[in-house]
Amino acid sequence: MSDRADGGALMRTHPYGIAVRAAKGVWQGALGIAALAFGALREDVPDWVIWTAPVIVVIAVVGGACISWRQLGYRVGTDDIRVERGLINKEARSIPYDRIQDVSLSETLLSRLFGLVEVQFETGAGGKEEVTLAYVTAAEGARLREQVRDARARVSGDGGPARDRGGDGTDGASPPTATESAQTVFAMDNRRLVTFGAFEFSLLVFAVLAAGFQQFEFLLSPLIWDDGFWKEIIGQQGEYVAAAGVALAIAGAVLGLGALLLVGFVTGLVRTILRDYRFLLERTEKGFRRRRGLLTRSDVVMPLHRVQAAIIGTGAIRRLLGWHGLSFVSLASDKSDASHVVAPFATMAEIARIVAITGIDLPDAETRWHRPDARYFTDAALIGAVPLLLIAAGLAVSPYWPFAAIPVLVAGLIAGSRWLQWRRHRHALDDATLFGQVGLLSPELTAAPRIRLHSVEIAQGPLARMRGYARLNFGLAGGKFAIAGIRLDEARAVRARVLNHIAAVDFARLPR
Amino acid sequence: MDEDTLDPLHPNMIKVLRVRAILMIVPLAVAAIGAEIAAPLPTGAIIAPVALLLLGLVAVMPRRRYRRMGYRLTRDRLRVVRGWWNRRDTVVPFGRVQHIDVNAEAIERLFGLATLVVHTAGTHNASVAVPGLRHDDALAMRETIRAFIADGEAG
Repeated sequence: MSDRADGGALMRTHPYGIAVRAAKGVWQGALGIAALAFGALREDVPDWVIWTAPVIVVIAVVGGACISWRQLGYRVGTDDIRVERGLINKEARSIPYDRIQDVSLSETLLSRLFGLVEVQFETGAGGKEEVTLAYVTAAEGARLREQVRDARARVSGDGGPARDRGGDGTDGASPPTATESAQTVFAMDNRRLVTFGAFEFSLLVFAVLAAGFQQFEFLLSPLIWDDGFWKEIIGQQGEYVAAAGVALAIAGAVLGLGALLLVGFVTGLVRTILRDYRFLLERTEKGFRRRRGLLTRSDVVMPLHRVQAAIIGTGAIRRLLGWHGLSFVSLASDKSDASHVVAPFATMAEIARIVAITGIDLPDAETRWHRPDARYFTDAALIGAVPLLLIAAGLAVSPYWPFAAIPVLVAGLIAGSRWLQWRRHRHALDDATLFGQVGLLSPELTAAPRIRLHSVEIAQGPLARMRGYARLNFGLAGGKFAIAGIRLDEARAVRARVLNHIAAVDFARLPR
Repeated sequence: MDEDTLDPLHPNMIKVLRVRAILMIVPLAVAAIGAEIAAPLPTGAIIAPVALLLLGLVAVMPRRRYRRMGYRLTRDRLRVVRGWWNRRDTVVPFGRVQHIDVNAEAIERLFGLATLVVHTAGTHNASVAVPGLRHDDALAMRETIRAFIADGEAG
């Protein structure tokens, strides 16, 4: 290949790695081989089949290990590490030193026997795209790690803020020591908790009951399938209801609905108390520390530099009373709790105070909001409603004409909700932040600092191309952010502005 | 920066797309022939429409898809446009590139082509690919991006 450039000489992983891989493969395949042999232990299968099958498997595994060794190579260049793999389909990956956050060396029992380690180059790219080299000698692993550290020190030495990261990359979610000064940012007392719970109406319990019923159906089935059982119940109740008349039936329905509401209300309250009891958000040296929960108390640390964007959500009713919730979008590689709720039920003033710590801007009176393109919502409403109206027309001329009202009603609902969406969706750009707000009855606002975005895409389906609107997708670490249905020229303008902002700050220089 | 001019991919990309289409439709063609033999219908009742469809996929579509693709490498960013039905126009600033791949699968190698893939930390568009580059060009583009990152030009 012609890409020697300054890539250094092509190196191979240690050949003993073949043995490690093969041993691992045989070990993993042992169960399969045993099953195979056991399955073949029949009169009509000749003995040699039983003995050759494992041999073939072992040969295949060893051959596979040889190939996977042969197809992997790496170069240590002046600016990057390169990993090349593939015999037929070739892949060559270049990882600039500047992007390697850490080099981790791991060994298994097997690899230790041979004095080998697996090297993993950690970039910020999230789990599955990390690059590994299996296996090299422990000395080579240490050399690679040193090489990366030296190169990084050299690169970040000139200009740019020094990046102090723990050598082991453990700046993640270790709870801070007790000696650290922590200052309460947000807390929920019991009164707030109960108010919050009242809004968390949930019919989850019925889903659980239904699932449980399915699980234990076999216990009930003798009763259910027994004719006499039903006759007895219906006989008694039916006669009773018939005797009492319509008034009682209505009362029963109201009572049933009331019970449903009560159950939903109580479920919501109990779930909320279990989850958010004594909710406490503190500001520590590294970032935020959140503790919550009644039975299981969770303790999560969210480093400030991992906060990518803020999301302020609310509910249809609680919004009218001024209650909102705040959560952060955090890096996907964060292994801690997936939920980054930092204030589940708070006033706007409280939320603004928390967001201010992260340095993310929130929209204010000066913010100039832009509305999406009406045509996008018109099209969506038409796509939803027209088929329903056609069905209604079909029904209207059929014997079932009274039912024609149902699709008309649904079509009306769809059109109405699209109209409301068009009224509610909006976006804005200020000096450093991109805002997007979506939602029908409970608007959700996303505020993303523009330097935290990684790519910008303009996506258009065939309809969008015809009509001249587009969807803007932003690359945000650990979350999604998009602005749907804006005019193409506007999308281009937003993209240009955002890009100029992102391109000005290198990833490695992002505040950490 | 002129936003709207795009560089076309190497014309061999049409051939790559065509070969891929052929490989993809082989099972369909076999099935159609089988059905033709099995079904008691006049000759060509199944095979004719299927053949027309396959001809479209092999003869017409690759060129159309090719025309819709393009890329542009400017001083500090990479723009990639692709998609015949759903059009996607993506820009990745070099400053956000995590690592870079130059891949060449067997069919691409046959025509001397490669695919450049840049990876970012974003969840959406975590990797953005530019297919249909001459292998040397792909390597040169990689060097450009890598040099940009190493120099830390943006910051």
